[in-house]
Amino acid sequence: MKWIALVVLAALLAALPSFAGEFYINLASQVLIAIIFALSLNLLVGYGGMTSLGHASYTGIAAYMVAILTTRYGIGHGISAVVSIAGTTVAAAGFGLIALRATGLSFLMITLAISQVLWGLAYRMASVTNGDNGITGITRPMPFGISLESAAAFYWFALLVAALAFAAMTIFVLSAFGSSLKGVRDQPRRMAALGFHPWMIRWITFIYSGFWAGVSGLLYVYYSKYIHPTSLSTTNSAEGLLGVIAGGSGTLGGPIVGATLVSLLKNYASGYIERWNMLLGAVFLAIVLLMPTGIVPGVRKLFSRTGKSRK
Amino acid sequence: MMAPPAYALEITSLCKSFGGLSVTQDVSLTIRAGERRLIIGPNGAGKTTLFNQITGDLLPTSGQIKLFGKDITRLRPDQRAHCGLSRTYQIITLFTQDTLEHNVTLGLMGLRSARWNPVRPLSFYGDLAKESRRILELAGLEKLSSHPVSEIAYGEKRRVELAMALAQKPRLLLLDEPLAGLSSSERTTVKSLIASIPRETAVIMIEHDMDTALDLAETVTLLNYGRVIVDGKRDAVIADEKTREVYLGN
Repeated sequence: MKWIALVVLAALLAALPSFAGEFYINLASQVLIAIIFALSLNLLVGYGGMTSLGHASYTGIAAYMVAILTTRYGIGHGISAVVSIAGTTVAAAGFGLIALRATGLSFLMITLAISQVLWGLAYRMASVTNGDNGITGITRPMPFGISLESAAAFYWFALLVAALAFAAMTIFVLSAFGSSLKGVRDQPRRMAALGFHPWMIRWITFIYSGFWAGVSGLLYVYYSKYIHPTSLSTTNSAEGLLGVIAGGSGTLGGPIVGATLVSLLKNYASGYIERWNMLLGAVFLAIVLLMPTGIVPGVRKLFSRTGKSRK
Repeated sequence: MMAPPAYALEITSLCKSFGGLSVTQDVSLTIRAGERRLIIGPNGAGKTTLFNQITGDLLPTSGQIKLFGKDITRLRPDQRAHCGLSRTYQIITLFTQDTLEHNVTLGLMGLRSARWNPVRPLSFYGDLAKESRRILELAGLEKLSSHPVSEIAYGEKRRVELAMALAQKPRLLLLDEPLAGLSSSERTTVKSLIASIPRETAVIMIEHDMDTALDLAETVTLLNYGRVIVDGKRDAVIADEKTREVYLGN
């Protein structure tokens, strides 16, 4: 039953461009990018117990690197993409060294501080980032000579990357290392006494999470062909976090549901309601009140409860 | 090949203070390989603080700790675990959402390279699961192996604490009040479980239940205000005037 539902869903997703208009195809691409971002953040927040409020840093770094490398230095897309992702991953490793000196609220504050510094740099270092004007004229890559200019082609590309990202992160979470990570989240002291190295486990996860956030940044800049300092803003980090928590942190499906919800509210409902932030707030409030652990665990609990009462 | 070190643990002039409060004062102790040592003392005597310094949760202000001849004074807790040190906690510290089998598996993984494998699913490690169930069987918990820890009784949790530590086949095992809060029948079960620990493992136990603990101990150390008051063979320590004064009462 579950498998049939998944196959139908996959078929629907793949066939989306055949029945949806260009606006909706583009919307779907944006949702996919938000999903990759939320999935990567969930590794930290949900599985690692490290609540970060600066995750947009990595999407921003990757996006800016691609923008600068391709537009200013005329470097090809393939090399730019590899260098940007590598650069983002190295940056995550460096920021991890700083942020992981602390845990809990202090960790959150450090990630926030780092992202604010980057945001400030993007605004002020105009010679590199073009400041408030942002960088325009970015083109989409042509992997294997296939143009991604049409909405449908880009959507399929994003869907492929998102599927890869989901698979890779699912493997990571279900692996032996994933168990080490969850153990460190729940009982760091005991894990250390058992021979696990909590700091190293957190750091590796921090880097891996940064890597996938970088991938989402890459997609983002290809999609919008433009990059502006707001991409690095705390609002973006917070929206990702909101998606993870709303959907259910520490679950595989939670960030998908949550990020879909948040980005639909942001990109779709905002067309009808000017104060879409208020709507987002109301929805979030409802989730917290009705399903404090998030939509996915909440719905699962609901089903298991009705299942039990039937017996 | 070198002869194995005679001492499992050598503590020399260990001191720990929190600000002006000295909780460990010039403690020197030696534990032979395979020894069974009981540490007693009134509340606040610094027993658990001593354990925390042996495991590396706390770093001493001064002094030295050697584990099987190796200076571990500045090592991280996880590095000490790899030197053959294992412990249980006075306040039960388990993974409550996970099954008993998973808890013990974590104990096994801690010393194996599998803990770093980010690709292979944990469920593929059949050998770990099998070994985990074998250890749970030793602890008499095999029927509960697929239950989450949150569902089992307090006395059973105490045994999971032990099973996790035993899974690591430690050369030195620290037991922090393994009998705390247990009923008399549960005490008997845990006691025989502790008695069954192989002789390759040296055991240091903090325990207030003298009736049970003394049976398991060969040597006893009495701590008070962070100092070693009496130290030696069980019967000699128990007969000592100072033990009666400080701990047992008259």
